[in-house]
Amino acid sequence: MLKYILRRIILAIPVLLGVSIVSFMIISLAPGDFLDSYRLNPAVSADQVKNLEKRFGLDKSPVVQYFIWLKNILKGDWGDSFTYQIPVWDLIWRRVGATLLLSITTFIFTWGIGIPLGIYAALHQYSLGDQIVGVIGFIGLSIPNFFFALLFLFFAAKTGGKIFPVGGYISLGYDSFPAWKKFLDILWHVLGPMITLGTSGLAGTMRVMRGQLLDELKQDYVEFARAKGMPENVVIYKHALRNAINPIITALGFSISGLLGGAVLTENVFGWPGMGQLIIEALLQQDIFVIMADIMLASVLLVLGNLIADILLAAVDPRVRLRLG
Amino acid sequence: MSEPVLIVENLKTYFDIAEGTVKAVNGVSFTLNKNESLGVVGETGSGKSVTMKTIMGLIKKPGYIPEGKILFHTDEFSKDGKKEYIDLTKLPPHQFTRIRGRHIAMIFQDPMTSLNPMYTVADQMIETIMYHQNVSELEARKRAIELLRKVGIPNADKRIDDYPFQFSGGQRQRIVIAIGLSCNPELLIADEPTTALDVTIQAQILELMKDLQNEFNTAMIYITHDLSVVAEIADKVMVMYGGMQMEMADVNTIFEKPTHPYTNMLLNCIPRHDAKKEDLEPIPGQPPIMLDPPNLCPFLPRCPRATDRCRKELAEFKEVEPEHFVRCWNPVADTRMEGDK
Ligand SMILES: Nc1ncnc2c1ncn2[C@@H]1O[C@H](COP(=O)(O)OP(=O)(O)OP(=O)(O)O)[C@@H](O)[C@H]1O
Ligand code: SF4
Ligand SMILES: [Mg+2]
Repeated sequence: MLKYILRRIILAIPVLLGVSIVSFMIISLAPGDFLDSYRLNPAVSADQVKNLEKRFGLDKSPVVQYFIWLKNILKGDWGDSFTYQIPVWDLIWRRVGATLLLSITTFIFTWGIGIPLGIYAALHQYSLGDQIVGVIGFIGLSIPNFFFALLFLFFAAKTGGKIFPVGGYISLGYDSFPAWKKFLDILWHVLGPMITLGTSGLAGTMRVMRGQLLDELKQDYVEFARAKGMPENVVIYKHALRNAINPIITALGFSISGLLGGAVLTENVFGWPGMGQLIIEALLQQDIFVIMADIMLASVLLVLGNLIADILLAAVDPRVRLRLG
Repeated sequence: MSEPVLIVENLKTYFDIAEGTVKAVNGVSFTLNKNESLGVVGETGSGKSVTMKTIMGLIKKPGYIPEGKILFHTDEFSKDGKKEYIDLTKLPPHQFTRIRGRHIAMIFQDPMTSLNPMYTVADQMIETIMYHQNVSELEARKRAIELLRKVGIPNADKRIDDYPFQFSGGQRQRIVIAIGLSCNPELLIADEPTTALDVTIQAQILELMKDLQNEFNTAMIYITHDLSVVAEIADKVMVMYGGMQMEMADVNTIFEKPTHPYTNMLLNCIPRHDAKKEDLEPIPGQPPIMLDPPNLCPFLPRCPRATDRCRKELAEFKEVEPEHFVRCWNPVADTRMEGDK
């Protein structure tokens, strides 16, 4: 198993290199560059533009630019943002933090509630509870996120921001709060975007979990477990659920890849300072190192997510485990 | 030495579905003695499996038992040497788990899917033994290995830690049988245990079951489509059609004097020995109506011997000679009908 993981990590290196080359190429091939707005600005002289080109390395060919970038990356230097004139890492890490906070809480919300609800619905098929869960799932899947976000904010504003904050990341007096209150304050603020982002995922998880468990409960081994005299909770939780949860656990691994994706619309509506907004801005401005940093982070996470999904699958399924050795 | 372990009286199992009531089991009665084996035959959908699942207490909504008794005897329930029976139809679900697997075991048709793919054979055997018998895990494991040896799994002490998918179909059915017998049940119900296996393996499994039945003194109910299997394994045969018994007698009587028209046609359908398949061949006509059936002979639409009376009322399941029961107004007089060589 360890050997397998190591091999996968080594195999990931050329993949990441490939991703970086292709992304860099595409960005370079796009017409224009960061300095376009300067060139069009009559107040900026051609000489000044030339100087800036030199400073940003934009006077060199894309290939040379790429290798300089690669060399710096290997040294741990992500380059400077053209727009903000500060190191990319300084620009990104806060955003990464905010995004991770939002996506991880969303993740917990989605799976932590979706799985038990799905199990409940499956075990009480056609009951009132099952139908309520079904309706919630339907609503969750059909309401677009931005609309949900607006509804949420409308509700928050109507209630004077007492129940939920009207957007933002932290309260006004945040800096003067004691540590525990800071923590609670951030959690309170994350609720809105979390619920907005989580509902559709929650609905999906719930439905998949319900369907999976219902399928497994029809299998012969479940009936055989009953025929052996196993009590119903052993039949359900040891036998059926163990099989039903496999695909869910794998999906859980895959969803790790999306943790840094950011959610532009939701972040925007809630004023959440996540990656989504930064990326859009960087793309529009062709702030190349910011874009590259984000792409690379997302790729690493994707590779990692896939690896974790496979490891989880091997952990839960003996058939896979024995094949990997 | 007739010592009944199971007495089924007028058992009915219905399913209420949107379209009406499926009368899957419609008044079945039989008695099974210690050591005896009952072969159950009948074409697909005749209610064989539902009858057995009812005995096992495995019928769930929308199914229910509107009528009937399932009297089961085990020494465990009998005080001061007196023979007592419990009615399984009245047993609450949480007590049924003490009967299933312990006193009545059931094995199913498809060995590929009867075992949970996620757990080792050891796990699935030990959980059964430990649930029913008051033994340590180590002791349960020892017994499990012993059982695996008995059913002919080589290297049982090592292979017990393998997963089901590491065994062949025949081996899996052996494991399932070992689990079925692991607590020395008084009754073993086998629902077409060899149908999914190829012919040579079928013969081996059948041989194994016969040997084990003798060794464990278990009563057995064996469902099959294969009349040659019935001839080999059963003492008594019950022929079902449309949720009812058509005929029941000891195995020789059934083969020599099939009295019910349906039994008669079934036996005429057996190909000769040199033919490859010995499964029942379909009899012309439509399968029986199970949904809100009229209270008439279910075989009526396909019966060549139907009389006016058959269209008016249902015949009783009558004892035409000792231990030979038939449900028919116009039974076949003596030997097989025309067409038999
Ligand atoms: N859960 C259920 N709901 C409704 N009808 C059912 C249900 N289970 C079984 N039946 C019906 O009961 C009847 C008897 O089915 P059963 O499985 O006992 O037949 P069988 O004799 O075992 O057939 P086979 O030889 O194919 O195994 C069938 O008509 C079937 O459709
Ligand atoms: S009762 Fe009548 S219809 Fe039914 S099998 Fe006998 S003869 Fe045929
Ligand atoms: Mg069946």
